[in-house]
Amino acid sequence: MSDQAVPIEHHSPFLQHHFDDLNQQMDSSTLGMWVFLLTEIMFFGGMFGAYTIYRSLYPEAFASTSRHMIPWLGGINTAVLICSSLTMALAVRSAQIGKRNLIRIFLILTMIFGIAFLGVKFTEYYLHWQDHLVPWAGFQYPEAPQYFRQAQILFCFYFFMTGFHAVHMFVGLGLLTWLLVKNERINFGPIYYNPVEITGLYWHFVDIVWIFLFPLLYLIGAHS
Amino acid sequence: MNHHVLPVRTYVLIWLLLLIATGTTLGVAYIDLGPWNIVVALAIAFTKMSLVVLFFMHVKGQSSLTKLFVVAGFFFMAILILITMTDYGTRSWLPQGRMW
Repeated sequence: MSDQAVPIEHHSPFLQHHFDDLNQQMDSSTLGMWVFLLTEIMFFGGMFGAYTIYRSLYPEAFASTSRHMIPWLGGINTAVLICSSLTMALAVRSAQIGKRNLIRIFLILTMIFGIAFLGVKFTEYYLHWQDHLVPWAGFQYPEAPQYFRQAQILFCFYFFMTGFHAVHMFVGLGLLTWLLVKNERINFGPIYYNPVEITGLYWHFVDIVWIFLFPLLYLIGAHS
Repeated sequence: MNHHVLPVRTYVLIWLLLLIATGTTLGVAYIDLGPWNIVVALAIAFTKMSLVVLFFMHVKGQSSLTKLFVVAGFFFMAILILITMTDYGTRSWLPQGRMW
């Protein structure tokens, strides 16, 4: 019998071998996600920059489109997204304290809010389609014909910016589904909740994009 | 782990502030403030963004490196918009010359 016990190296099954410890792994994945979000900031930033240029060139034409926007629907959607951000933040918190049932409930609530947002959004798209406000697809602007072309620029921005935002929402819903499955398989808890935290960062980022889209697209000429 | 758990009431408070700010944005949009409408709308949007970033996204408790990256992102976004607008905003200042 050997007189020396072989030292057994205990390390968490969640720790990837290229990290020293779980803290380093967590900090690295957070930083990595933020680097990705910076590319997202520049992606949407390009569109916000172009929007700023054209709005400064054609302020009256852009303001004239406000009568076709439905600010209270946009406001409700903003509130819905803010609620989804709260439930997402609470899902992360539940993962931090390792409550599987709470994680499940908050993830599902977040998805319900996300789907509600998309439902309202696509209802608006349908109404715009009925009002002939889709550029190059029978666009009509009889109440201000002098802005016929310039108003189409605004609606291009509107459909592209809210459209890319909606695409991000779909990706977010996919990530939440993945988390929901993962939550049943592994125990998220104080030592490992990175996937929930990282998905939360993404979800909140998409919320922030909408926080800017709402006043810039819906409320341009509301006061006039 | 090094990240401590925030109390639920912090999240709920931030959520309430965000909802109040959304209502304020909507309300102020119907008051004619001239050029200040957009300033107020963007100021509220930046406030909301800061609340989400600091508390929901936990940047408040992150490492200095992560904070630096976050600030860098918004810094470059600011460069993108500001320098572009210094071009578009000042083109009319120049005398109309021949283009060659």
